[in-house]
Amino acid sequence: MTIKKGLVAKGFLALATAAVLFSSAVSAKTLRYANQGDLKSLDPYTLNETTTNAHLANVYEGLVKRDRNLNVVPALAERWETPEPTRWRFYLRKGVKFQNGEDFTADDVIFSADRLRAPGSNHTTRVPKDAKFVKIDDHTVDVILGVPNPILLNQWEYWMIVSKKWAEANGSAAPTPANATTPSYISLNANGTGPFKIESHQPGVKTVFKPNAGWWSKPEHNLDEIIFTPIASDATRVAALLSGEVDLIEPVPIQDIQRVNSASNVQVLAGPELRTIYLGMDQTRDELLESSVKGKNPFKDKRVREAFYKAIDIETIKTRVMRGLSTPSALMIAPELFPLSKDFVRPKFDPEGAKKLLADAGYPNGFEVGFDCPNDRYVNDGPICQAIVGMLARVGIKLNALIQPKAQYFAKVLKPNGFKTSFYLLGWTPNTLDSHNVLYDIIGCRDDEKSARGETNLGGYCNKQLDGLTDQILGETDATKRNAMIKQAFQIAYDDYAYIPLHQQALAWGVSKTLKMAQRADNAITFGWIMKD
Amino acid sequence: MTIPPPSAGPTSSGDSLWSRIMAHDLTYLFFRSPLTVVAAVLSVAIILAALMAPWLASMDPFDPAQVFLADANIPPVWQDGGDPRFVLGTDDQGRDLYSAILYGMRVSLVIGLSGVALAATIGITLGLIAGYVGGRVDAVIMRVADVQLTFPAILIALLVNGVVQALSKGTSRETWAFGVLILSIGLSFWVQYARTIRGSTLIEKNKDYIHAARLVGQPTPLILLRHLLPNVIGPVLVILTINLGLAIITEATLSFLGVGLPPTQPSLGTLISIGNKYLFSGDWWIVTFPGLTLAIFVLSINLIGDWLRDALNPRLQ
Repeated sequence: MTIKKGLVAKGFLALATAAVLFSSAVSAKTLRYANQGDLKSLDPYTLNETTTNAHLANVYEGLVKRDRNLNVVPALAERWETPEPTRWRFYLRKGVKFQNGEDFTADDVIFSADRLRAPGSNHTTRVPKDAKFVKIDDHTVDVILGVPNPILLNQWEYWMIVSKKWAEANGSAAPTPANATTPSYISLNANGTGPFKIESHQPGVKTVFKPNAGWWSKPEHNLDEIIFTPIASDATRVAALLSGEVDLIEPVPIQDIQRVNSASNVQVLAGPELRTIYLGMDQTRDELLESSVKGKNPFKDKRVREAFYKAIDIETIKTRVMRGLSTPSALMIAPELFPLSKDFVRPKFDPEGAKKLLADAGYPNGFEVGFDCPNDRYVNDGPICQAIVGMLARVGIKLNALIQPKAQYFAKVLKPNGFKTSFYLLGWTPNTLDSHNVLYDIIGCRDDEKSARGETNLGGYCNKQLDGLTDQILGETDATKRNAMIKQAFQIAYDDYAYIPLHQQALAWGVSKTLKMAQRADNAITFGWIMKD
Repeated sequence: MTIPPPSAGPTSSGDSLWSRIMAHDLTYLFFRSPLTVVAAVLSVAIILAALMAPWLASMDPFDPAQVFLADANIPPVWQDGGDPRFVLGTDDQGRDLYSAILYGMRVSLVIGLSGVALAATIGITLGLIAGYVGGRVDAVIMRVADVQLTFPAILIALLVNGVVQALSKGTSRETWAFGVLILSIGLSFWVQYARTIRGSTLIEKNKDYIHAARLVGQPTPLILLRHLLPNVIGPVLVILTINLGLAIITEATLSFLGVGLPPTQPSLGTLISIGNKYLFSGDWWIVTFPGLTLAIFVLSINLIGDWLRDALNPRLQ
């Protein structure tokens, strides 16, 4: 009998242990989160893309950061002052440690400033090329600018500070370019100062974040672990949310918003997004890389660009592909970010006019051209591109669409690979929340080697008058005058058909009702603001 | 075990081809199995519909100029909001589903048939060589085959696809997806043919007629093709039929996974994959109709294949 009793007791013990284990597993707050795309690289300078930036901002930090209302607040810099318009003095926070235990000092800031502006970085426009960084002491840095820049800090949230010692010790002193074929150490490992650290990262499979116990500030979350999984398939992602397999998805496919809202355990956090989706055309090469037209570049002819613009039926894209959840745009910036946006109206959809323009330009039978498009980056990006293929086909243009995941897409079209595209779809949220960034980074000429202007101007549109205005806008502090100049600059791009803006998309996050979280209008998911029941 | 070659069969000069077919054992067995008859009728109907797609369809779904986004996501005609122009409804780009299925079936069939033909050619050639030559050649070919058998066909297809995608940097999927799918299917299905042919060859090669051919001094390729091949080809017919179904499913799977045909040239698998996105939003028709077509067609082919296997097996009669 004793043996039996022993067994029974052991059984109870085992049950009790299991119960304890189980309950501790439940009380540990794990956030399971799925996004349609993955982090392209853990190197915070490889790709200036909101998904990558926003996720890495949970791990790395800049001198400043943005709060829930997108205001700039101190982060690694405790405070700053501007003794002269071109000299900024930053007092760095003391006692901050990187996740590997090293101290954060002025050397890291100076190293990061150089690294950010080195070839291969996709963030070169964040810090002016001619800015000099001077170390005053271990926790004070002076930044000397060539020209005054009142909005300098607006773009520094995603200038993330990398540890000098750690990067150099691991052969990652130089930034990893977006088209790198072999991953660098820093593209697979992270060492920031932020509220979370990356415990493991398997590209395309999953990334596990854990809270950083040594963080310098007070956590505003109650999470013990975050398991991030990319799920590209819309239906699978929604199914995972509905079944409770994940707590959070981004984005909710717009066709499923109703379905998600009708479920009892989840809801959609929605709002307008500040991102503008647009089409760009290669206007620099003398012959397009991917086109049936040889010996000349049809996009250099303004009539061709105008024809492309007028061939696109944006309202049908809105009602059919976006199900009403988009705001057609005439500008390359969201109306929330530029008060005079309403003065611009999209040219009317006019396929007959487009055909005529093409005929006038010497292409009565149209032509063929390649079309680059991501399919896991923006809301319904693949279907939008397919729709555009159809709309242009009706004016005689045959688009050879290459619709692929963003990892391959960005590697092909960005600067490190030599802007290898003829016609492409891209989206942009100015991280400064200001028009200057759009005018400088997207619409500015990219012919000056010494400046970072036009870093993401993949088509290479160039207008020196516009560039001149952009420089004036940077230093102008009178809001009315500044807006008038911005309007003038956008008018130039508008008249030149420099780009074809499509729309601002809507934000839609699928959130389990066990979560309380804040939604930022730039679509950045901040783990540090999530409370889980 | 094998069907007697036509020349060896008893023929009287007065019989027409039709009466010879009708009098054949296979024909008799065929009509005795109603299920097979139904399967055959369905397969033939689907194949004919696919072949005549340009005449039966109301639009060319591969021509972007004929697809209007304003017609997207229209339900089938019998449902509220249906449109008589689109009997089975439309997909997310405004393609008529009925036309898209016809054209998609065509794509699936061409890829399936070509893939199987490629697999059979590779498999039969290697099987004949391995069986007839023997020795090291046999060992090498059959070990490669064994290794390949340990991988699922879909994995090999994915591998071929990945390699070509990496090599074709920057060119549009539409230009190469077709050929790659055929190649993937061909390279993943050849093993069965090789093993079957090799087995039969091992038996046949020691028979007197082969010895005789060799003694007469005929060159080896001629012996293989003229004498050996007709006598070992029987079982291959069964594999061919069953493999056709498998090949079409493989093509659909690859397209569903996004590594097959692009959404601008939808095959049945691509259509199902598009429809899958709309499962939760209630647009059930996009996934259902292509899925049903695929299921019915593959089931029919497999039923025919099963029947053929039994019919050609003398032990079951």
